[in-house]
Amino acid sequence: MMKRLMISLFALSLMSGCGQGGNGEQSAASTNPQAQAGNASGNTEQGAQADAASDTNAASAVMAPDPDAILRTSMQARNGVGLDRLDQDSLQIACSNAEDRAGDQAGKLREAAMAAIEFPEDGNYLGDWKKGEAIAQNGRGMQYSDDPDDPNGGNCYACHELAAGEVAYGTMGPSLRNYGQRGQSEAMLKYTWGKIWNPHAYMVCSHMPRFGEAGILTPDQIRHVMALLLDPASPVNKAE
Amino acid sequence: MAMSGRMMGGLLGGALLAVGLAQAQDDTFDEYRSMFGDDNPAIFIVDEGSELWTQARGPENVSLEQCDLGQGPGVVENVYGQLPRYFEDTDSVMDLEGRLIHCMVELQGFKREEIIEGIYSGAGDNGTEMEALVAYVADASQGSKVAVPQSHPEEKAAYKAGEALFYHRAGPYDFSCATCHRQSDKRIRLQSLPNLTEAEGARATYTTWPAYRISQGVVRTMGWRMRNCARQQRLPELQPGSEAVVDLLMYMGVNAEGGSMDAPGLKR
Ligand code: HEC
Repeated sequence: MMKRLMISLFALSLMSGCGQGGNGEQSAASTNPQAQAGNASGNTEQGAQADAASDTNAASAVMAPDPDAILRTSMQARNGVGLDRLDQDSLQIACSNAEDRAGDQAGKLREAAMAAIEFPEDGNYLGDWKKGEAIAQNGRGMQYSDDPDDPNGGNCYACHELAAGEVAYGTMGPSLRNYGQRGQSEAMLKYTWGKIWNPHAYMVCSHMPRFGEAGILTPDQIRHVMALLLDPASPVNKAE
Repeated sequence: MAMSGRMMGGLLGGALLAVGLAQAQDDTFDEYRSMFGDDNPAIFIVDEGSELWTQARGPENVSLEQCDLGQGPGVVENVYGQLPRYFEDTDSVMDLEGRLIHCMVELQGFKREEIIEGIYSGAGDNGTEMEALVAYVADASQGSKVAVPQSHPEEKAAYKAGEALFYHRAGPYDFSCATCHRQSDKRIRLQSLPNLTEAEGARATYTTWPAYRISQGVVRTMGWRMRNCARQQRLPELQPGSEAVVDLLMYMGVNAEGGSMDAPGLKR
């Protein structure tokens, strides 16, 4: 009894706000202009797999597995997160392999991604770094455990080092400490915006979400995150 | 005694969840571990599971002692490391949770939907029957080797499907399991991520689940872990004992071949 009490108290210091989510309904496919363009090839591939699967008992050991069909029978809609989330677009299909390579489709996918980036029409790329920091800290967004009415976060710290004072950063992506040293040339602004909007425009099969294209962050939120990265006053660009 | 202890943990756990400090440090965890040594609080839950296994329960008022977990009716010792596996009576590959559900329905007469409804604890709950049963079965496999079978064609097919599922990208964030679990020595915030595609990471993981989660005050099962990772993928709710869970566990279990079972584990 005593021990359990201590254990529970100890839990206090161990508690972690592991990736929680926020809102949004749309699947990547439904928000992706370029995705729709590529859907045809995806459907063909899945159709072929389905045909193979319906070939009853024919040597199950050699039959190509159909993960999409398996997931559809293994999952249930919850709190606004429905099975349409499973709809894959052409990019997801091309990048679903152990090599993480899109093969001969890479060039086409990269160009389509680049062409679909929506740059700010008024040329205004930079918002408020303080709001950007809050967005980078916020791990909410699009999980069925999230309140769909809350704004999404960007959860940048899950994968990147950013501000000097924040030690709880992940290492899945490169460190972005002192990112602002790269300057604010138009090329730099466009590259950074594009990378956040759709990283596949620069590296097909990137592990980073398409924050703009998939509607995870709004253009205003992206402006704030841009400022977090590029504003000389941002803690990302300050020594400790 | 065990019950009241669990209540207490559950209540505190609920309060703690509300506090929600973002501070899971491996250091703190190691400190905790050395403080309690081998005293994993899961032992209370293992006892509960043992009682649940032998008690006559359900509409049929029978125990689970005729349940076949792969090594014959009633055999609980050393089954965990050999699951999932193919079962002739259902002509399908099943994981431990799926098989326990099967036995509770077929032998004891419980309703499948009702078992699934309350299968995992929510925040601040006191633990569920499934969590206790899984802890009990895993505990009886301590020290045995992971040897998930690959002899039946359905077992081979499940491995292949699990591998494909592992690399399958979907959802608004484009994540697959591999996005987070393909590399070694990476972390999300401060949580280190196992590389589940190779033996070292797969063994470290497979042999330590189910696990007592300190931050939640309950035993968590592999089915719960899969469901929560799928949630982080921004996908719908993954169902216990479903084909995707079985296939993914087959993939990870085979990758973990030769590991030594050490569950219930202890996790942050
Ligand atoms: C967005 C990143 C992410 C994705 C995608 C993801 N996981 Fe996880 N996974 C995690 C995190 C974070 C943990 C917990 C680490 C901790 O608590 O210390 C974890 C833990 C696990 C564990 C337990 C590891 C251990 O040793 O305790 C398993 C098993 C696992 N994941 C499997 C999967 C599978 C299978 C998939 C695909 C269905 C998947 N994960 C998808 C982030 C992810």
